[in-house]
Amino acid sequence: MKGLEIAVTHTIGSFSLSLEFRSSAHLLAVGGPSGSGKTTLVNMISGLITPHSGMIRINGAKVFDSDKKINIPVHKRRIGYVFQDGRLFPHLNVRSNLLYGKWFTRKDSAIEFETVVKFLGLESLLSRGTAQLSGGERQRVAIGRALLSAPELLLMDEPLASLDQARKNDILPYIERLRDEIKIPIVYVSHNAQEIHRLADEILMLKDGTVESISANDKS
Amino acid sequence: MIYMSLTPSEIDALLISLRASFFATLFGLPFAILIAYVLARFRFPGHGLLNVVVHLPLVLPPVVTGYLLLLTLGRKAPLGAALETCCGIVFSFRWTGAALAAGIMAFPLIVRAVRLSIEAVDTRLEQSALTLGAHPVWVFLTITLPLALPGIVAGAILGFAKALGEFGATITFVSNIPGETQTLPSAIYSYTQIPNGDGPALRLVIIAIVISMAALFASEAMARRVKTRTIS
Repeated sequence: MKGLEIAVTHTIGSFSLSLEFRSSAHLLAVGGPSGSGKTTLVNMISGLITPHSGMIRINGAKVFDSDKKINIPVHKRRIGYVFQDGRLFPHLNVRSNLLYGKWFTRKDSAIEFETVVKFLGLESLLSRGTAQLSGGERQRVAIGRALLSAPELLLMDEPLASLDQARKNDILPYIERLRDEIKIPIVYVSHNAQEIHRLADEILMLKDGTVESISANDKS
Repeated sequence: MIYMSLTPSEIDALLISLRASFFATLFGLPFAILIAYVLARFRFPGHGLLNVVVHLPLVLPPVVTGYLLLLTLGRKAPLGAALETCCGIVFSFRWTGAALAAGIMAFPLIVRAVRLSIEAVDTRLEQSALTLGAHPVWVFLTITLPLALPGIVAGAILGFAKALGEFGATITFVSNIPGETQTLPSAIYSYTQIPNGDGPALRLVIIAIVISMAALFASEAMARRVKTRTIS
């Protein structure tokens, strides 16, 4: 089964979180006010945070189950993660950043380097250092790098939040094409209602660490 | 020109010092990096104790460190004797002992420099590498280590310079045997104890100053060079 199935509880300090949902959308947008648990959710999916209890299933495979003591480590989960701040490696140029995940995936991994470079329009940036990139270029490289690690699922945590509106408009079409042309489920966190409405197949709204609603997005 | 006018025993002292310091740094550095990484990235019971033990040689009188080495690794000490029987390794009254003493004295300095530079590496970059499928060991080797390189290089050179200047622990542990364990500082000390020793002592003093300054300049230059490479 493609998609995501989650039933977890977790507490951080005085904040407690209890989430249960399943989704097989191409692009599941996660919305809600700040502090509602959006980033905690994607960190739990990626394995960067271990929930206190519960179960997480990605494309049918259990990556976490507290009852059965299953907790697949981050580097084996095959999750692509695009962070808000890009997190490109400053000591590597764009090409090496893009290829970083390739070292750790099988040779027959789904997407070709050239395909991704062309898809994201990175041809002219390959030999640049990361400091010479604009905010929008950085995020495109970050997306490409995540894709090239042959992920089962792509997590995007506010990937456009640090960009101005013009740059956002530059990148949104790439994400739409990603959703429509590359068959990797995407979990897309945003607090921007417009963005969510434009991109999502399904919308998960969080509030105070619980699921407020989950419903199909009517894009019309 | 100074080198030309050195006597064979002065050259010996210089070479023993360089060799002992080189091996002290070479063997000390991997351990220093490991301990610096553990101290920088993990919290565990005994963290504070480990930190104190590593820094002890910095504050203990060097003669204490040297004496402790003699008690543990001298040929009559159980550990020292065992090392000699099993692997033929002898430290006491050999240049290898001078290297060991110098390495232990330089160790805290290297650990400090490396730890600071590892702490300056953004852990979010390490997380990012994990999500790309890199095993934690690879993350360390391909992200943490290269980004911390300026501090590691600077720490190594600083450690080398410190090892070169080691006196108290060395002379206590391996004595002051010309041609075997007499290092630059112990040679200087010997010359100051004999009549007409001022000339040779001063020549060695100048060499010590030149090497130390060169090491400090090199440390700065390497750090700058690696930094610019990292940014561009």
